[in-house]
Amino acid sequence: MAELGPLLEVVLGGLMSGVLYALVALGFVLIFKASGVFNFAQGAMVLFAALSLVRLAEWLPFPLAFLLTIVIMTAVAWAIERLVLRPLVGQHGLILFMATIGVTFFLDGFGQTIWGSNVYQLDLGIPASPWFLLESLFPGGILVSPIDVFAAAIAGALVLALSIFFHSTKIGRALRAVADDHQAAQSVGIPLNRIWLIVWSTAGIVALVAGMAWGSKLGVQFSLSLIALKALPVLILGGLTSIPGAIVGGLIVGAGEKLAEFYIGPSIGGGIEYWFAYVLALAVLLVRPQGLFGEKIIERV
Amino acid sequence: MLATVTPSPPAAPIAQRQRAIGEVLLAVENISLRFGGVRALSNVSFDIRKGEIRAIIGPNGAGKSSMLNVINGFYHPQEGRILWKGRARSRMRPHEAAKGGIARTFQNIALFKGMTTLDNIMTGRILKMRASFIEQALYLGRGRSEELRERAFVERIIDFLEIAHIRHTPVGKLPYGLQKRVELARALAMEPELLLLDEPMAGMNLEEKEDMCRFILDVNEEFGTTIALIEHDMSVVMDISDRVVVLDYGKLLADGTPEQVRNDPAVIAAYLGVAHG
Repeated sequence: MAELGPLLEVVLGGLMSGVLYALVALGFVLIFKASGVFNFAQGAMVLFAALSLVRLAEWLPFPLAFLLTIVIMTAVAWAIERLVLRPLVGQHGLILFMATIGVTFFLDGFGQTIWGSNVYQLDLGIPASPWFLLESLFPGGILVSPIDVFAAAIAGALVLALSIFFHSTKIGRALRAVADDHQAAQSVGIPLNRIWLIVWSTAGIVALVAGMAWGSKLGVQFSLSLIALKALPVLILGGLTSIPGAIVGGLIVGAGEKLAEFYIGPSIGGGIEYWFAYVLALAVLLVRPQGLFGEKIIERV
Repeated sequence: MLATVTPSPPAAPIAQRQRAIGEVLLAVENISLRFGGVRALSNVSFDIRKGEIRAIIGPNGAGKSSMLNVINGFYHPQEGRILWKGRARSRMRPHEAAKGGIARTFQNIALFKGMTTLDNIMTGRILKMRASFIEQALYLGRGRSEELRERAFVERIIDFLEIAHIRHTPVGKLPYGLQKRVELARALAMEPELLLLDEPMAGMNLEEKEDMCRFILDVNEEFGTTIALIEHDMSVVMDISDRVVVLDYGKLLADGTPEQVRNDPAVIAAYLGVAHG
């Protein structure tokens, strides 16, 4: 029993940071599914969203700042789609990817130029002191951070809303159609441009939610942008085209790296959680290149 | 392809069909289309009349698919104009053409492979749906009644094309012939005024071809849908079409009834050709 307590704590903590990885990965999946663009700038969008929110909240009441940030993120997403990616429609995927790397650096720099480059505290009014659960069962209980719980709940709600949106609305059906075949989608009357705009705006809002969650955990600062790198193994695990895949991939990475740190870490000097996810992703790539949930790509020869 | 030029057996004679061919629905006038230095279409003019089955034929590379792509807005010709219901349209994009009443199928089937047959056909109703996405997401009020109504409409098309048994099958898993039929169903779900079919029978066996022929004729007769189709199988073309346009090297070679076209010396030369002479 004494062993189980810390283990549960590690798994729980891992799962909850996994939800946050999933949140970032979700933005990638949305855009990749609908337009085939691997948007490396998703991390920069997370940073930009968090910076906008935290700086605006210094001047405005929080709800107003939040709404304004949604407007800003929609505009940013729209601008990226309209100014960078649409002129490149039909180009090779690698070229689009390179373009989004360019956008990443621009957005990182631009965001810090207009909003400042210090570390800002994002206070969502969540108690900072940890909760101790199940104290009767385990000595000292299980430590849980309220911020993590809050972030996980928000992420869960977002995923639920997105899946309802994708599965039972006309726009959702149109999105899935566009993801499958551009030409056919156009031929049934779906305007590609509008769909891409919707997808990018949604990705912008997902970035805002991810930025709030991460920002309240780590403080709003440049390193938020690097979260995109943590989303990569999640995407490889879950598959680039699957929303459930992004969630499950996030959870596996989150729990996996914490468990690895807990069990293997002490024997080799720690620091495992920084690279464990990538090794895991590499292993998955070798066995199942399309990821756990991705569509199998069969090329006819 | 040569063998298919031989006169066809007299199946489904046109005279028996109740057909009211009306005014000009779509006219292409002096269309020229270039890709860089390559001329895909040169100065092509013809029209499609309401209620008819219009075939576009020609050897490979004659510009048939290009013509279809011009009509539904995938390509924009450098010269010439297109009159849709008597009104010239400028640079219409595919989704606008769809809104205007033009539906199509593709030479290399373009279905939404991850979706079921039913979902694929439902995408054909997207333009008809008006409820807000909140209503749809919550499946309330207008969202619910609309989904049910469109679903009922789609079920009629499914019955009509005899694909009820594959309703819930992901289309990627269907055999080729059935995929073609689902694609036709999706186009029909749009209730188009003009239906463009790009080689609807390509790659089919004889039985599948006969089925498809019957469906095309039925669609035309029962819904009064105007149809323009590209087809390689000459016996099929001669059987089901009212008028035939022949393209060769992007130019209009002949235009007339199947009888006229079949006996046109230029057409015979193009098909039986100097190469074989």
